[in-house]
Amino acid sequence: MDDLIAGLAGVGYIASRRIATALYMALHLQKPILVEGVAGVGKTELALCSAALLGLPLIRMQCYEGLDESKALYEWKYGKQLLYTQILKDHMGRSLADAPDMETAMERLHGAGDLFFSEPFLEPRPLLTALRTEGGAVLLIDEIDKSDEAFEAFLLEVLSAFQASIPEIGVIRATTPPVVFLTSNNVRDLGDALKRRCLHLHIPLPDQALEERIVAARVPGVEDALRAKLVRFVQTLRTMDLRKLPSISETVDWARALLLLHARALDAELVRETLNVILKFEADIAAVEPRIGEILAGPE
Amino acid sequence: MSEALPPGPPMQQALEGFLRALRANEVRVSPAEAIDAHRAAAAVGYEDREVLRDSLCVTLAKSADEVARFDACFDAFFARPAAPARRQVETRAAPAETPPEAPELANQLLSGDEAALQAAMEASAARVGASEIRLASQRSLMTRRLLDDMGLREVEALIQALRGSGAPRDEALAERLAQRRAELFQQGQAYVERQVQLFAAESGRRMREAILARQKLTDIDPEEMRAMENLVRRMAKRLATKYSRRRHRAHKGRLDVRRTLRKSMGYGGVPFDIVWKTETVDKPKIVVLCDVSRSVASAAQFLLLFLYSLNEVVERLDAYAFSDIAVSVNDLLNDETVDDAISLILDRVGFRPTDYGRSLAAFFEAQGAKLDRRTTVIVLGDGRSNYAEPRLDLMRSIAERVRSVIWLNPEPETYWNQGDSKALDYARFCTVAKPCNSLAELERIIEDVLRSYVTH
Repeated sequence: MDDLIAGLAGVGYIASRRIATALYMALHLQKPILVEGVAGVGKTELALCSAALLGLPLIRMQCYEGLDESKALYEWKYGKQLLYTQILKDHMGRSLADAPDMETAMERLHGAGDLFFSEPFLEPRPLLTALRTEGGAVLLIDEIDKSDEAFEAFLLEVLSAFQASIPEIGVIRATTPPVVFLTSNNVRDLGDALKRRCLHLHIPLPDQALEERIVAARVPGVEDALRAKLVRFVQTLRTMDLRKLPSISETVDWARALLLLHARALDAELVRETLNVILKFEADIAAVEPRIGEILAGPE
Repeated sequence: MSEALPPGPPMQQALEGFLRALRANEVRVSPAEAIDAHRAAAAVGYEDREVLRDSLCVTLAKSADEVARFDACFDAFFARPAAPARRQVETRAAPAETPPEAPELANQLLSGDEAALQAAMEASAARVGASEIRLASQRSLMTRRLLDDMGLREVEALIQALRGSGAPRDEALAERLAQRRAELFQQGQAYVERQVQLFAAESGRRMREAILARQKLTDIDPEEMRAMENLVRRMAKRLATKYSRRRHRAHKGRLDVRRTLRKSMGYGGVPFDIVWKTETVDKPKIVVLCDVSRSVASAAQFLLLFLYSLNEVVERLDAYAFSDIAVSVNDLLNDETVDDAISLILDRVGFRPTDYGRSLAAFFEAQGAKLDRRTTVIVLGDGRSNYAEPRLDLMRSIAERVRSVIWLNPEPETYWNQGDSKALDYARFCTVAKPCNSLAELERIIEDVLRSYVTH
């Protein structure tokens, strides 16, 4: 467990114990992890860093409404099939020409038909690629909650047995089961069947100490005092009643912005100018702006 | 998992007990997940409490709420009072003093062997089924049973006998024993209390809620309001997740020529992808008219509460509240918190004498043009119009325009059209008109409504 935490830190991801445990369990029980949490809390990043740590290729699939299996699993290369039939037309004509009767010709055609629905004409999409990668892969199914319920049901086979059925070819089984991450922003509730097949990891917003370490790992150039101050500012914002609370990615972006501006200390003027980095709604900025001085001064 | 050794039976049993406790605390654990939990525990071992907790947590808790409940349950279940060490010193010489015929429990008590006592208590607890406790009121009975099984009666008899003997040595022994007995009693109570929290808290709550759901809306205590609110919210959510899905339905065998031709362009005009016509079945549009007048005052709060919860989960809901006139309350429902919304609505239109005619007129004025065949109108009210013109003609026009009109009446059917009630007259224009006077009924009817009258 400690090795995992250290390993993740090595690739730039500061993990809490629970995150490391989830990853450990996923590797040992060979189960997908469902990662939940507000936007920008590091769900996708966890998958990226795990792939880097395990030295496996990352295969990413972004979900959206209307995603179906032809885009997620496989598709036939229609163009190639068409091209080949055109090229092979003469050849086929020749080979069919000497057929004594209709039945033999049909038989030969049947053989050719199966030829066209075989692996060379298969266009693998992310899921199939993940299953077929030798030595395993990290499969990231991003924002599963944005996909349709039908697609969620379709995923069940892939996730529990690590196999996929293609009617024309048969069942394709994973040689090495991929490490699967599913992320969700809670746009809608996921089905119980899917949840049951996954380990569940909820990443909360971090506390002051953890967030400082994350910023330190991500944006190394920021001085300690400034870092502590900017993290405290963001932490205070999170206690306020805002439409979109700033999450870790915003803090990191802000730290980067301040670094670019060569800021050494955080004053009200600077905060006002860079507030749009951490707050994404006009109403939120308007609510925070008059209180910047007060928040900077802290509760003392 | 082959490298991990199977855990010893005692820990496996403890884990089973823990899973039971989780189920009692509303963390759903399916048999498949129970197997996962065992595998997880086998993979990490039982040495490190925190690692075990995290591993079980990621395998068992499947939402943020469940994580919180899991943590609480883990703490309670695996909490065991640390055995105080001082007894060992204080009572080192004691065993020699106990009479030879003393029961085992007395020896354990006097020797101060806390570990043995704890083990005996757990063994007895398993025998008397302490974890089967379902009601907090069974606490003292269960404590008594637990301690009896450990042999407390024999100890009590021994104390009596020692006191009766008159010898000062025996008197002192009896005193010590009595003191230890009192301590044991407290430990037993604490143990049972923990079992109650682990296994009974939830079932007690569930029982209360089941009673609440059946209670008449008109006789609910203000004190029960909070519990009611939760209940209503869950009901509304349940209904909404079931029926808010957007459905695509294929017209069987109808070719979409335009899109098929468009797609075939990519393949040199050969129609590889054939597109069939589909139809999107829209989410239903629901319009609710809620009576908040004096005659239904006691039920109005709950009707509004239900309306509020339904509004949170159903996307296309138009809500009107009325007593002598109907006003749209969409904005209030959308922008205010539940308490504010209800009190503002009641302030604005509540508790006045009803006038169904005027209310319907105002509603028709505002909404009439928007009513169509996809709309379902739900009226929550008693149909008592204070002898004012009921405007049945408006009711008819509404019914003609919409898919269905559902009237839910807090009064039982025998009161309809008694006195100033026009419920039966209105009912003529309704697809369904039903009495509805408890949350359970409300849920059932709304569910029927959503299933049979909204999506076809």
